[in-house]
Amino acid sequence: MKLFVNGEPVELENGLTILQWIQEGKGLSATAVVERNGEILNKGRWPETVLQEGDRLEVFQFLGGG
Amino acid sequence: MSTTQTEDVFLIGGKALTSRLLVGTGKFSSHEIVPKVIEESGSQVVTMALRRVDWKNPQENILNYLSKETVLLPNTSGARTAEEAVRIARLARAAGCGDWVKIEVVQDQRYLLPDNYETVKATEILAKEGFVVLPYMSPDLGTARRLADAGAAAVMPLGAPIGSNRGLKTRELVRILIEEISLPIIVDAGIGRPSEAAEAMEMGAAAVLVNTAIATAADPLQMARAFRLAVEAGRLAYLSGPGARREQAEASSPLTGFLREG
Repeated sequence: MKLFVNGEPVELENGLTILQWIQEGKGLSATAVVERNGEILNKGRWPETVLQEGDRLEVFQFLGGG
Repeated sequence: MSTTQTEDVFLIGGKALTSRLLVGTGKFSSHEIVPKVIEESGSQVVTMALRRVDWKNPQENILNYLSKETVLLPNTSGARTAEEAVRIARLARAAGCGDWVKIEVVQDQRYLLPDNYETVKATEILAKEGFVVLPYMSPDLGTARRLADAGAAAVMPLGAPIGSNRGLKTRELVRILIEEISLPIIVDAGIGRPSEAAEAMEMGAAAVLVNTAIATAADPLQMARAFRLAVEAGRLAYLSGPGARREQAEASSPLTGFLREG
C-alpha cells in the first residue's frame, strides 16, 4: 500500500503497526514523535495503530540545538 | 560555603536548580562530547531541537546522550509563527520530554531575531496548556510584561544575535528588564565569552543560556568549565552588592603620612 512519510510517497506492506514500522523497522527510539494525518500519535497507541493506505505520517526526533 | 550560597537556589517551573548556566546541544562536533560538556558546565537544563527525521541521512537522537536527571528544554526553532511553535511544543511533550519549552519564533533569516508578537501569542496558548514556558525574545519591556501576564516561567532576552559570540550588546535593555520584571531573566543568545556571562550575572540576571560559545571553542570541555566558573563568580558578585563607582580616586590605604606628618 502507498502512504506518505514526511511528504514523500512510500510503499509499505499491509497490516504494519506504527510500533513495528518505527521501532522495529526503522530502528528509531521511543523518543521519536509521530503525527498521523495531522494528529499526534502518543507512544501508547503505537502497538495498536495499524497503518492505512494513504496515511500521511510525519516523524520527528530530537537533534542538537540551542 | 557561605549561608548565602547554600540558600541561593534558582526556582523555575516549580523546580529548584543549583546551576544558573543552561547549555545548548547544537553545533558540537559529535553527540559523544555532549554529556561531557554538560558535566563540565554543571548545567541541569539543556536545550535541543525537534526536526523531521531525514531518512537519507539518519542521525542519532540526542536524547540518547542525556542523563535522566537533566531537565530537557526543547526549543521551537524553525517556527515562523505562534501556531508552528505551539505544534512543535506539543510534539516535544508527546515525545516524553516533560513540560518545559523554549519558545523561539523567528522569521528574519539574517539576524535570526525573534518575533515578539508571535512569541507572546505562543506563550499564552502553551502556558494555558500547562507548559513551563521560557520565551526567547528581543529585550523590550512591554513585551516582557505581556509575557509575564501570559504565564511565562522566565523571560529570555537576547544579548546579541544567535551564534554571533558578540556579547551583551543589549546591556541597557536587559538591565531594565531585570529591574522591572519579577520573573527570572535569562540572557539567551550572543554570549561569546565567560566574562560576558559574568557581567550578565553581576547585573542580576537569574541565569544565562550558552551554546555556540562552548560548541565552537577549540576546547569545548574547558570552555564549559570556564562558563560554569564565570556564572558562579558573577552570581556571587551580584549577591555581594558591588561597591559604588566613582569618577575620582579614593585611596585604599590610610591617608596619614608614612614618613611625613599628616
